[in-house]
Amino acid sequence: MNPAASLTVDQVHVWRGDRHVLRGVSLSLAAGELLHVWGPNGTGKTTLLRVICGLLRPEQGVVAWLGRSIVAIRSEFQAALAYASHEPALKSDLTALENLRFAVGLKRRVSEAELRASLDRTGVGRCADLPARVLSAGQRRRVAMARVLAFQAPLWLLDEPFTNLDVKGSALVSQLLLEHVSGGGLALVVAHQDLSMACEVKRLELDG
Amino acid sequence: MNVGAAQALQLILRRELCLSFRRPDQLLQPLVFFLIVTTLFPLALSPELSLLRDMAPGILWVAALLSSLLSLDALFRADAEDGTLEQLALSGQALSVIVIGKTFAHWLVSGAALVVMSPLVATALGIPVGAFPTMLASLALGTLTLSWLGSIGAGLTVGLRRGSVLLSLIVLPLAMPLLIFGASATDRAITGMSPAGALYLLAALCVFTSTLAPIAATVALRITLE
Amino acid sequence: MWTWFYRLASPPHVYRVAAFLAPWLLGAAAVLIGYGVVAGLVFAPPDYQQGDAFRIIYVHAPAAWLSLFAYTTMAVAGAIGLIWKIKMGHAVAAATAPIGASFTLLGLMTGSLWGRPMWGTYWAWDPRLTSELILLFLYVGVMSLRPAFEDPGRGDRAAALLAIVGVVNVPIIHYSVSWWNSLHQGATVAKLAIPSMPGSMLWPLLSMLAGFMFFYGAVLCMRLRGEVLNRERQATWVREAIKT
Repeated sequence: MNPAASLTVDQVHVWRGDRHVLRGVSLSLAAGELLHVWGPNGTGKTTLLRVICGLLRPEQGVVAWLGRSIVAIRSEFQAALAYASHEPALKSDLTALENLRFAVGLKRRVSEAELRASLDRTGVGRCADLPARVLSAGQRRRVAMARVLAFQAPLWLLDEPFTNLDVKGSALVSQLLLEHVSGGGLALVVAHQDLSMACEVKRLELDG
Repeated sequence: MNVGAAQALQLILRRELCLSFRRPDQLLQPLVFFLIVTTLFPLALSPELSLLRDMAPGILWVAALLSSLLSLDALFRADAEDGTLEQLALSGQALSVIVIGKTFAHWLVSGAALVVMSPLVATALGIPVGAFPTMLASLALGTLTLSWLGSIGAGLTVGLRRGSVLLSLIVLPLAMPLLIFGASATDRAITGMSPAGALYLLAALCVFTSTLAPIAATVALRITLE
Repeated sequence: MWTWFYRLASPPHVYRVAAFLAPWLLGAAAVLIGYGVVAGLVFAPPDYQQGDAFRIIYVHAPAAWLSLFAYTTMAVAGAIGLIWKIKMGHAVAAATAPIGASFTLLGLMTGSLWGRPMWGTYWAWDPRLTSELILLFLYVGVMSLRPAFEDPGRGDRAAALLAIVGVVNVPIIHYSVSWWNSLHQGATVAKLAIPSMPGSMLWPLLSMLAGFMFFYGAVLCMRLRGEVLNRERQATWVREAIKT
């Protein structure tokens, strides 16, 4: 294990009923690194992400952040993490801005101007005051990405962030990842397509 | 921690109330159900107010229980379905703070609304005005206790198919003590006796449930989120 | 320090111990229940007030006691599984639930039969029977919750939490029901009270109680073996065990 790593996953095993979904998965990620987790459907990519978040406790194995088990430092770890799930996870009755305010506001003090700036950065500034219900799938994905930006967290865990995005949108996400990682952040991305990135990308294949 | 628990609680309350009032139809449905259920009893029993008065505390309480159960199902379900529950669980705030905020907000829009509507229903069932203060106090305490109990059931059954049936199956037996104390308090007030004993017991039950239920509901949600 | 405890709770060990214990527990149960039935039904004198009707108590009281004991066992086993993550705890909880529910049903039926000569009807809202009925609802809740989850591990944990919440509520329910009943003493319902007993009546009752406990233990061991085999069906030791 890389001693300077900030995130380490050590021999994690997860069973779902009878299925041995994750078999001794290990990885390490340091500041400035981007890890691409890929593999066919059903091999446990989302499960791995949820284990790293701390939503799912593995039967065996440890996830550690800055050398300490995430179970012991739950709220500290969560404050340092930005998770984007496969669904954009927005309340359809709230506007994009409100969605961000209620999510980011729990993690850190944030002003409305900052939130609008995040929405502008991902190209949905005009949608800030529209209810999420009327946004297209691609726009909702961009709002979710704006939320990730607004968290200002060092560790990004993104599950299929390119879903529903057109070419420009995908390029935007790649650009944001590049900026994040160059600025010393860490990112773990689950995606079934190749990441065309200007920086070095570590890869982990899950093959069940 | 950049955002303290009190601020987080406020934010969650605001979020929940905002969401509830954006869907006024969903707010009103349990209240209308409450009215409908209370109407069923005179139709099934008798229109004689003197007769209904004897049954009134029971009718009122059963109707309140059933309509609270209807709205309890939605406590966590909407957030679980669109993925925002996970975001809340990963917000860095203690999950119990989120549970307390959501449950209390839920009580404000359902239980408290029932309490406000109860004088209307009470008059229709022949309950004398003198018994109103006791009735309101007992309903307020009772619906609050039920919200806490229901949060445990809702946490366990969110995401299950036919979860709402299971929710009722789980919560109703646990709610029987509060039904006994609450209906009895109202009954004693109607007959002119002192309801103090029953009210104190109900209050004790409320305090007990309010302190322990959030812990159980938090554990239930963690099990669900896995 | 706790390794011996975890080793004790390993599935193959539990399987072997349960197989060993079951016949002994069954034997003890047979002896105690045999004595209790004979002494209680044949030799004990009829009660002054209730006549021979009270003899149903030799089945009713142990059944009611066991229904509570089994629920508490289920809650404690579930807590062990939930808090210390010992999987055999969940196995014991799952195995004991239907047994406890059956005892509750038995208690209700015998209570109803007991009430018939006393009340003239098969059911009156006696506080003890009402509490038993609510306990039955609690059992049904736990037994319905476990299979509702697709992942059996989550089902176990959810059922364990519900059992713990239930066991905390049982005293509250009991108290509130007897409070409720005492309010309405206007109804001339004689409570199902255990008459004060001389030794010739008491010893068979205690024997029946102990016999029922051993019976519960024996059936639990038998059901537990089935649960363990089912839960551990992927393990190699299970394949060996099935062959023999």
